This record gives sequence, C-alpha cells and structure tokens, in this order.
Amino acid sequence: MEVQVTELTIFIVLFAFVSVLGFVASRWRRPDTMEHLDEWGLGGRNFGGWITWFLLGGDLYTAYTFVAVPALMFGAGAMGFFALPYTVVLYPLVLIPLVRLWSVSHVHGFVTPADFVRARFGSSTMALLVAITGIVATMPYIALQLVGIEAVLKAMGVEGKWPITIAFLILAIYTYNSGLRAPALIAFVKDTLIYLTVIVAIVVIPTKLGGWDAIFAAAGEKFSQPAAQAAGSGLLLNANNQLNYVTLAFGSALALFLYPHSLTGVLAARSRDTVKRNMAALPAYSFVLGLLALLGLMAIAAEIVPVGADPAAGVPGDRNTVVPLLFGWAFPSWFAGIAFAAIGIGALVPAAVMSIAAANLFTRNIYTEYIRRDASPREEAQVSKLVSLVVKFVAVVLVLGLDTQYSIDLQLIGGVIILQTLPAVALGVFTRWFHKWALVAGWVAGMVFGFWMLWTIPNPATDRKHFGGSAFKLSELGVDTKWTIYAGFLSVALNLIVVALVTWGLRAGKVADGEDVTKPSDYTAEQGDPKVRDIPELVGDGRPSAT
Amino acid sequence: MSATEETPTPPSEPPARSDRNHWYWLLLVPIVVPLLPMLYNHTDPTIWGIPRFYWLQLLFVVLSVAITLVVYRQTRGR
Repeated sequence: MEVQVTELTIFIVLFAFVSVLGFVASRWRRPDTMEHLDEWGLGGRNFGGWITWFLLGGDLYTAYTFVAVPALMFGAGAMGFFALPYTVVLYPLVLIPLVRLWSVSHVHGFVTPADFVRARFGSSTMALLVAITGIVATMPYIALQLVGIEAVLKAMGVEGKWPITIAFLILAIYTYNSGLRAPALIAFVKDTLIYLTVIVAIVVIPTKLGGWDAIFAAAGEKFSQPAAQAAGSGLLLNANNQLNYVTLAFGSALALFLYPHSLTGVLAARSRDTVKRNMAALPAYSFVLGLLALLGLMAIAAEIVPVGADPAAGVPGDRNTVVPLLFGWAFPSWFAGIAFAAIGIGALVPAAVMSIAAANLFTRNIYTEYIRRDASPREEAQVSKLVSLVVKFVAVVLVLGLDTQYSIDLQLIGGVIILQTLPAVALGVFTRWFHKWALVAGWVAGMVFGFWMLWTIPNPATDRKHFGGSAFKLSELGVDTKWTIYAGFLSVALNLIVVALVTWGLRAGKVADGEDVTKPSDYTAEQGDPKVRDIPELVGDGRPSAT
Repeated sequence: MSATEETPTPPSEPPARSDRNHWYWLLLVPIVVPLLPMLYNHTDPTIWGIPRFYWLQLLFVVLSVAITLVVYRQTRGR
C-alpha cells in the first residue's frame, strides 16, 4: 500500500498538538503539589460535570472499540451490535453502586477498588486479589489501544512497529509528568473529533452508497452465503445466539465499571451529584457507538477489502482496518486525516487512564501494603509515576511480541476475570453480609470455571482450538441445545453461588470475619461532608483511623 | 457551586440521606428492555430501509437517557 502523505501529515500534526496538551496539562487547574496520589492519580478529585463527562467518555469508549465493534459487524452482522445494549444497560445498572462507592471513597480517601475492599471486609488477602485481578485485566486492554492505533496506521500505508512505539513513548512521558490531568484535557479533543467524524460519516457515507436500503441489501447478500450462515452471521440474531447476545451485553455492562480505569474517572469527580448526573449524560456516547457499529455494514456495501485480505483465497486479513479504510474511501484526504487522528488520539486517553489506574493499584495495595507500610504520600506518587511507565512498557512488549489475535484473546479473558471481583466491589457497597473467606472462595471458583469455559471455545476462523472467543456452548455442560452463552456471565454466577453458600457455612461455624471500618452514613456522603481525616498528610491509607 | 476547598466542619452528623427511594425502581426499565431480543429481533417495520433490529435498539438509548434523567431529578441531593 502507498503511504498517504496528506492523511499522515494531518494525523501527525494533531497527534503532536495533543502531546503538547498532555505536557501543558500539569499546569491546568494547578495544584500546590503534584507529589500526592490524589493530585497525580485523581486530578485533585475535583473534576466537575463537563470534565467528568469528557473524561469518562474518552476513557470508556476506547480506540479498540471504535475499530473492533464495526469489524465484528463487518464479519458477523447482528452479533456485533451487542455493544449497543451493553452501553445502554450500563448506566442505569451502575448508577446506585457508583454513587455509593464515590461517597465512601470520598470519606475514607480510597483511590482504588482494592482500597475499598480492604476497609469494607477487613481482608488484605481479598484486597490483594482485587488489585492483581485489576492489573492483569488492564494490561491486555492497554495493549489493544495500540492495536487501534496500528489499524489506522495500516490504513494510511504505514506498516511496522516503530510508529506505535514512538506514540506510546510520548504518551508515557506526559502521563508521568501530568498524571490524570493529561488524559482529562486530551479527552476534550478526542471526544470532539469522534463526534465530528461520526456525524459526518453517518451523513456522507449512506448518501454515497445509495441509501440505507442499498447498505442493508449488500450486507444481507453477504450474510446469506452458506459459509456466513454456517458461522451464525446475519442481519438478525438466529435461534442459537440470542442468549449469548443478551448475556454478553449484560455481562460486559457488569464488568466495565469493575475495571480500575473506569473507577479512576469516577473517583476524580468533584461530587456525588456530578457522578449521578453523568449517568444520564454518558449514553450520548453509546448512540455514537451504535452509529459507528453500522459503519461495519457500510464497509460491506462499499466493498472494502481489509488490509492483508485475499478474498479469492479466503484469507480474511486484518478486519480492524475496515473502518479506517472506509473513511479513506469515503472522505477527501484532509478529512480522512482528521478521522484517523480521532481514532488514534482515541487510544491515548484510555491508555493513559488505564496505566494510571494499574499503577495506583500497585502502589496502594501492593507497595504500601506489603513493601513499605509507612510510605509518605510523596513516595506513593513517585512509585505510581514509575509504575505507570512500566505498565506501558509491558503493553508495548505485549503488542510487539505477540500477534494481534493474542491480545484480543487476552482481552476476552480480562473481561471474564475482572467480573470475579463483582461480589466484593459492586455488591460490597450494599451489603456487608459476605464473609471475607467466602469472597476469596468465590473468586477462585469463578476463575477456575471461567478459564475452563474459555479453554473449551475454539475459533475456526483462526484455526485455534482454545481461547477462541467468549461464546460458550451450553452443550459442553451436558445440556442438549445449540445455544451459546457468555462465559463471563456463567462464571460470575457460580462465583456468587459459592460466596453465598460459603458465607452461610462460615457464619454457622462462627469463623472469625474481618472488621468493617465504614459506617452506613459513609455511603451517602456528599462533597463537603466531613471526611475521616481532614489532614492531607494522612488522608487515604484506607486503614482504620485512630479516632 | 464553588470549586474552592471547603473548610473542614467539625465532625458532626452529616444530613441524613438515603439511597432508598422508590424512584430508583424506574431504572429497571432501561436495564431490562434492551435485553429482550423478542422486541427487536425483526426486520419489519423498516425506517428509511433500516431494519427494526437496528433502529429500535438505537431508540433505547433515548429511552435510557430520559428515564435516568427523571430518576436523577427526583433523587437529587438525597
């Protein structure tokens, strides 16, 4: 493929612009000192409604989503549309747990979900498991942001690994320097570019293709081929994949706010009210995601051939490139450059927040918990900054060392494992009934079952026998049906059953439980309510206070 | 709303708030409705050539926003 100079130039200019923003961000809403985790890792815990809306939108809707969801629609049709119900169900579902988690974190100075688990259940073991789960689940997610940038670069004719390495190096340096303020500021640019691109695409491309009728006719034609039918593709769901569609949407919604990077965005908000209001405003991004998904069908009508594909020989190529290629096909060079930059910059915001969140988990729940119990806030901030570099470095190595397919599989696994923290984190804000050792038992059971299910799933398209997807065949459990179900959904169901049964058993046997240092009123606290400690040096080690 | 740091009040009981509010039950509507494929897994009626599967699920976004807004307004400051 030829290198497209105009597009690449615009891409680089916009990329350079947000990099400068990233460095300048450290002076934005300037704190007295950056040497504190509340400042570096949570932007001062003082973001208002608009900043939170841009930051969370930029954080949750990642570059990978922008290329992968349309790619799934391009390949399989209706099944790829699960991303829409997923992000619609999401906000009403998490509204109450999130505002409660915001309140209790505000009172006690929690920075990570593991901080909360430690205080609520008095269990450093469960807190460690939550921290490790969060870090492990986040790593492949960061790597996939690189895959998003890579898809755009490929579409511009830039192959090879060094460009994304440079992009990530710049990202790593300004994140180190500015902390959460950098992605918050860049999110304004990212989200604006995404909205602009999608609105233009949804007007221009159907017109070019002769209307929606033509688009759906072309897609229907493709999915009616015998091979596509055999793979369960179609413009509608078939008899066997409806349960999978619903459980995948619901399970993904349960998982998203368990990811540490989502909570980072929430805890950075100024008030409980800000978080609640955002739950009503964030679905605007879901609408955009739904429109983006339809681009996958437009790519079929536009007869887009993915980079590296050979239809004659049946080689699928890199489907993640279909949306960038569609933009290249539909737009003049200068606007295609802006569209590519939208996706490329779209990778920077989540990657930065994810690395900050993973670094905070390491610092708060591993370093100060097990290595240096008396670390000063300054030392905490310093460790977090360094770890955020390490995290990005590992992500780059993952992408350079493994093939892309492997990163995607790792991300699938990530969704299933992060769900195992649901009883402790999401249900923990409502009830203290679970026994700390029951939570550990449930986590282990859910993990083992989840991994076994993923192991049984083949992927005929890539010729893999294991870890080929997340749609688990119920027939593997001896049920006589062709239905499939989302593996994460079943694994977390088992987790909950084990937690309930073991809690009941341990309570009956009067086994000692951990101490809960939170009070019921902590869960409804609002900005301005008294905190456990109002002395900055002492805020937020999540341990019981001496008072 | 001012962005300034409030001076810490002496530890007194904060105003009683509660997350028990009957308005929150409304949130079940946008949680349950998008998970019912029988509502949208059909082609007809099409709007501008878009099958029901796609346009109806996009409409659920509007439904979700509307209901969440109502709940937010009714439970504000509690």
